[in-house]
Amino acid sequence: MDTNLIFTLCGVGLCGLGFFGFIYHRHLLRRLIAFNLIGNGTFLIMVGFAQRGQGVTDHVIQALVLTGIVVAVAATALALVLIRRWFHLKGSTQLPEDETS
Amino acid sequence: MSMIFSPIPWLLVIPLAGAVLTMLIPWHWRSPASLLGILTQLMASLILWYQVSHFGPQIYAMADWQAPLGIALRADGLATLFILMSSVIASACALYAHVYLSLAKRANFWPLLWFLWASLNGIWLAADTFNLYVGLELLTFAAVGLVAFSSDERSLEASIRYLYAALLGSMAYLLGVALLYGAQGTLAMDSLADTWHWGPTNQVAVTLILGGLLLKTAVFPLHTWLPPAHGGALTPVSALLSALVIKASFYILLRFWVEFGIYEYLPSLSQLLGALGAGAIIWGGWMALKQTHLKMVVAYSTVAQIGYMSLIFPLLVSDSSEASLMAYQGGMLMLLAHAFAKAGMFLAAGNLIFCTGKPDLQSLAGMSRYRPLNIFAFGLAGVSLMGLPPSGGFNAKWLLLQSSFMSGQWWWIVVLLIGSLLSAAYIFRVFAYTYKETDRGDTFNRPHLSLELIALGLSVISILWAFLSVWPLNMISLPGPLMEALP
Amino acid sequence: MNWTDWLPLAVLMTSFLAATIIFMLPEQKHILRSTINLGAACIKILLIVFLIQAVLQQNYPEVRLEVLPGLELILRADSLAILFAGLSSVLWLFTTLYAIGYLENSPNRSRFFGYFSLCVASTMGISLAGNLFTFLIFYELLTLSTYPLVVHRGNAASIKAGRSYLIYTLTGGVVLLLGVASLYALGGDIAFGDIERTAELMAHSPELMTLIFILLIAGLGVKAAIFPFHGWLPTAMVAPAPVSALLHAVAVVKAGAFGIVRVVYDVYGIELSWQQGLLYPIAIIASFTILYGSWRALQQIDIKKRLAFSTVSQVSYILLGISLFGPLGTIGGLVHLLHQGLMKVTLFFCAGNYAETLGIHKIHELDGVGKRMPMTSVAFTIGALGMIGLPPVAGFISKWYLGMGALEANMGWVIFVLIGSSLLNAAYFLPVLKRIWFNPQQGDWPHEAHTSYRDAIPLLLIPALVTAAFSVAAGLFASSILSPLGWAELITLREYLR
Repeated sequence: MDTNLIFTLCGVGLCGLGFFGFIYHRHLLRRLIAFNLIGNGTFLIMVGFAQRGQGVTDHVIQALVLTGIVVAVAATALALVLIRRWFHLKGSTQLPEDETS
Repeated sequence: MSMIFSPIPWLLVIPLAGAVLTMLIPWHWRSPASLLGILTQLMASLILWYQVSHFGPQIYAMADWQAPLGIALRADGLATLFILMSSVIASACALYAHVYLSLAKRANFWPLLWFLWASLNGIWLAADTFNLYVGLELLTFAAVGLVAFSSDERSLEASIRYLYAALLGSMAYLLGVALLYGAQGTLAMDSLADTWHWGPTNQVAVTLILGGLLLKTAVFPLHTWLPPAHGGALTPVSALLSALVIKASFYILLRFWVEFGIYEYLPSLSQLLGALGAGAIIWGGWMALKQTHLKMVVAYSTVAQIGYMSLIFPLLVSDSSEASLMAYQGGMLMLLAHAFAKAGMFLAAGNLIFCTGKPDLQSLAGMSRYRPLNIFAFGLAGVSLMGLPPSGGFNAKWLLLQSSFMSGQWWWIVVLLIGSLLSAAYIFRVFAYTYKETDRGDTFNRPHLSLELIALGLSVISILWAFLSVWPLNMISLPGPLMEALP
Repeated sequence: MNWTDWLPLAVLMTSFLAATIIFMLPEQKHILRSTINLGAACIKILLIVFLIQAVLQQNYPEVRLEVLPGLELILRADSLAILFAGLSSVLWLFTTLYAIGYLENSPNRSRFFGYFSLCVASTMGISLAGNLFTFLIFYELLTLSTYPLVVHRGNAASIKAGRSYLIYTLTGGVVLLLGVASLYALGGDIAFGDIERTAELMAHSPELMTLIFILLIAGLGVKAAIFPFHGWLPTAMVAPAPVSALLHAVAVVKAGAFGIVRVVYDVYGIELSWQQGLLYPIAIIASFTILYGSWRALQQIDIKKRLAFSTVSQVSYILLGISLFGPLGTIGGLVHLLHQGLMKVTLFFCAGNYAETLGIHKIHELDGVGKRMPMTSVAFTIGALGMIGLPPVAGFISKWYLGMGALEANMGWVIFVLIGSSLLNAAYFLPVLKRIWFNPQQGDWPHEAHTSYRDAIPLLLIPALVTAAFSVAAGLFASSILSPLGWAELITLREYLR
């Protein structure tokens, strides 16, 4: 079993966990953490691809993962701001289940 | 080509610089600075349009960094048309916001608008999948920020929903792109297309990318986040979101679909996408008919209109290349006409709500008598959305109809025709309210004339496409990766 | 390009520009608005005179604009176009005059006259359209611009009427769109008059072409109010009188009838339609609608409703004439397009005068009104007698040619339809005339307006008298080339000698 596959499998596992959490939980913070799990899984898969054997790493992927992490951090920050405001406004940690859709 | 002569970098650098600058400088300077920025954007898009229509598509490598690490940008006919479209509409919405918003709101509006604009331009011009990702994310952040801007409970809730849906969508997209890179070792659209092979990795990747983009475009039944977000935002924001933002992910979807020839491998999926579109047309129209708030009617109309655009997917798959071309032209014309009509309609709806002071349809009584200009703007946009002639929407519908006839997919004709009747029903329902007479007299607010004129101007453009469609159609038929990959 | 080629566009633009300017005018600028309205109407008539000259010299001005690849917007003035455009422009002038008088001191005039002009612009577009695509555009524009006129009063009844109007016309529009789009998909852009192309297509796929024919006629039949698509017309009577006149005498119903004329003569060709047996069903439906409309008119007690059902019946005379193969039937149908317009507009003007001056809406309230409003009543009588078909009023000529046409087409039974309908016409108009002239006045008038005039005010009276005079003149001077009959003969000559 090469490292590439391990990375990929772990990544897929993390993504699956995260996806489940994202769908299952209603608590906004839990969903945010679940989103971060999906993100980490994705980055793990990508890092796995960067290991092209013979100790050569792919710069492109590394650049991508770095960008991805920055974007995920930004997304988390934005979500936190919104969740905080929601909490101040409504005193609730989840969205009302709407029937309008 | 050096930096001076090509307007392409200016289309990215100026909005990004504008975003940072308008965050830093004092409030009073933000509007003048932004107005200056708007002028440069309009100029840059016109220059780009001139260059592309005279010298053909342009390719530009940012700061001379070559692929794969550099940022390659490509302006073909389609991208140029969209650049122009977003410049005109974003400028109109920005001017509207300048008059409409208070000084404090306006000060924080500008940075977000410039981020939005930069990411839109970035998406239209992107030549590789990762730039598309960055653009998509930046777009989401700016759009979510703008939705949360109206700072009431409902729009905050809508923005959280929007953010979560969009994050899920972009993560799926990113994972898909990563898988593609793993399988093919490239991120550039053109080399991906050249080395495309339909292996299991690519299948998973394509599924993830399509799913993510469908969610971001709010294609039925993944549309539930859209109506509260678009209907609840501040008026100029609603216009920007419905007219431009959803088009970005649709554009990416279409480029993947056509440039990688996905339709060839998955013909039944194209029928499924069409069926989703049909569902959107009928469900969106039906829900629009049942809304009691004016802006929610308009927001659900966006859901239905996305359905019309999705019909392009099954119609592209045809034995006759003429039918495919017509579907492509019809879909793009639909997108263009909808952008102008929906921006005009949202702005007109915002004006009407400002006049009555209430968001519901009932209080529109007497509007047609006392604020006819707004009703006229709303009506002209409505004509285009209903697909009644003369309007850009009608020409687009005509092309889609002809394409359905030629490719023998008669069932889409039924969908198109039922959709027109439904949209006529919900738009004329609004009209009926405005024609009711009241005995209250003219006790309504009066929006600034420029607000009325901006809405009217956009609506008039959506009508004018009826007579000028040949020009955008020629533009999008210029050589480009998408055009060349058409079946 | 010859300068006359711009005339069709100019005819269209006069009312279009008038509409735009009127929308922009502030509500209280009555005099300026009326001046623009009447000025545009007069300029349009002048332009039409130039067009008539051109067409008489066998010169057919046209302008084209490519709107989609391989698809053109064509405005072309041929003799048939002039027939309809001429009628509309003349009646527009008088209806505008009438509307200025009718709406004096009422609100929303800017909106009313704006849409009114837009409505005329679309009617001009319909008459001058040079292919089905152009026709379709203006046909739908007509629906859009008449809706605000129907709901003009803004009360619950008119909003409901507007809804029913839209349901009928938009559905009809969709059916028409389907027909036009399928014809284009089959044969590309077919200009009016290119009947060789249609003949080829017919030889190639007769079933499909027959289906398309049915779609086109059904879509157009909604506006032409043929049975069973006539329901919107009586409901739309809640609109103000000038709108009813416009809707029922000129623009809307005639747009449908004119479209059917175009489809039969200039898309399919009369001979081809006849050979394929497409005309006979039209004759049957038209005959039925004629009798049915008259029968329903007999049961109405509201004046405008009775007139509306009379329209349902009378418009089908036009269709009957078209469906009779042979020059005489064609002449009968075309000439009735004009005659019915003149007579019906007169009747609606008079009904509006009665309602405005004395508040009369129901037929039994008309007792003795002849002595109170003699001039209006004379005009009404002329219109009613014309509808029955009494010489020398124009209606007689239509019926005469229709009867002759029926014999020529070996469809003798049509004569009985004509006789039956004339009897019914007499049955629903003569009692009205008796009430007007011979019954004594019963008590007070329902709602008497206080003016210094004995009859209706001049702005309302003059248009009614003028159109009544036209109805008589069209009958008396039928032999002149510029009379409706003369022009219809010219068109027929050109149609059958093609």
